[in-house]
Amino acid sequence: MNKLIILNGTLLDEQTELSLNELCCACSRPAEWVIELVEEGALEPVEREPMRQLESQWRFTADSLQRARTAMRLQRDLNINMAGIALALDLLEEVETLQARLRRYEMSAED
Amino acid sequence: MDFKDYYEIIGIKKDASQTDIKRAYKKLARKYHPDVSKDANAEERFKELGEAYEVLKDPEKRAAYDQLGKNWKAGQDFNPPPNWDAGFEFNGGGFTGGDDADYSDFFESLFGHDFGSTRSAGQRGQQRRAYNARGEDHHAKVLIDIEDAYNGASRSITLQSPELDNTGHVINKQRTLNVKIPKGVKQGQRIRLGGQGSPGMGSAPAGDLYLVIEFKPHSLYRVEGHDVYLDLPITPWEAALGATVKVPTPGGPVDLKIAPNTPGGRKLRLKARGIPAKTPGDFYVTTQITLPPADDEKAQALYKKMQQELSYNPRSALGV
Repeated sequence: MNKLIILNGTLLDEQTELSLNELCCACSRPAEWVIELVEEGALEPVEREPMRQLESQWRFTADSLQRARTAMRLQRDLNINMAGIALALDLLEEVETLQARLRRYEMSAED
Repeated sequence: MDFKDYYEIIGIKKDASQTDIKRAYKKLARKYHPDVSKDANAEERFKELGEAYEVLKDPEKRAAYDQLGKNWKAGQDFNPPPNWDAGFEFNGGGFTGGDDADYSDFFESLFGHDFGSTRSAGQRGQQRRAYNARGEDHHAKVLIDIEDAYNGASRSITLQSPELDNTGHVINKQRTLNVKIPKGVKQGQRIRLGGQGSPGMGSAPAGDLYLVIEFKPHSLYRVEGHDVYLDLPITPWEAALGATVKVPTPGGPVDLKIAPNTPGGRKLRLKARGIPAKTPGDFYVTTQITLPPADDEKAQALYKKMQQELSYNPRSALGV
């Protein structure tokens, strides 16, 4: 019988931070690409005291990964430029929030 | 294997110009992009579009596809006729992009590895970085039940990853992993499994595997972040007189106190009964007053008694 091995991963929750390098690897993109997203305001590194704001020391929250992956797919699939990506990400987030609110209202209105 | 009508997929006529094809594709690609569309089939639709465009944007592939004949209908059982692509000169213009794994069997049978023999194996597909390079990270979805987020669980997932074999051919390798789903996960969160991505080149480490958590839809509960929502039916007398009722939660049933004169649609909060993360979510109950049917004499008599003895006009505020 094969022994069942259960892998234990790391849950990337609100407290988890990712390094610039981890974010790059997870999106298969070079650091310059992530830096461009930050310059465009599409991603924001976690605030630190000014001393530590070297790019190589940037840290990102786990939901930056979601945004960066979406950015990567939008660029790859739809050929959108960085400014367009930043706009699309903000609009998508807004749509998400509105849809969640709509669902809540619809649920109480049903039946 | 089903025949695929690429023109129908992009929604254009067979004699459409390359510009028309491009315009129609771009429009649909924006509409069905899985990051943009909420359509349940968006991902499938987007892949299908990509495949159709892959063929129609390339004049060589389009011409080859066209000469299969006009009599094929989408969904018909299809086998490529022998030497179907004879007489076409393929120069391998580098039109095929993306991962091979994304295309249908139909596409593969026509434009798979043998199509355009002048194309070299290394020209497309994965970019191979030289020497010591860290393996690529992989991403996969894992579907769980809401209850799993309350109790924790383990899930076995099967992954297909294209890998190069000794002769340099791409093969799809299957592997199964058993993964612990920790208590307290929420929709869209990721679990990182170090070293479970692609193997590294040379002495470099393997990449990581990221699993994105997705909840299966539940017949009772709805999840938003760490909060969980439930519609709770109550009787008119429970609403009017107050009561303590049993309420199901994914963590097990709890007792909920309904105050006297609770209206329908009232939202009640059970603190920290949502998903048990570090900051636990809340459980929200929306009351729904349901009327007992008046389909026998006894029930009708009770309703009539209320009618006679209660002076209640819910429309008094409407001025009628």
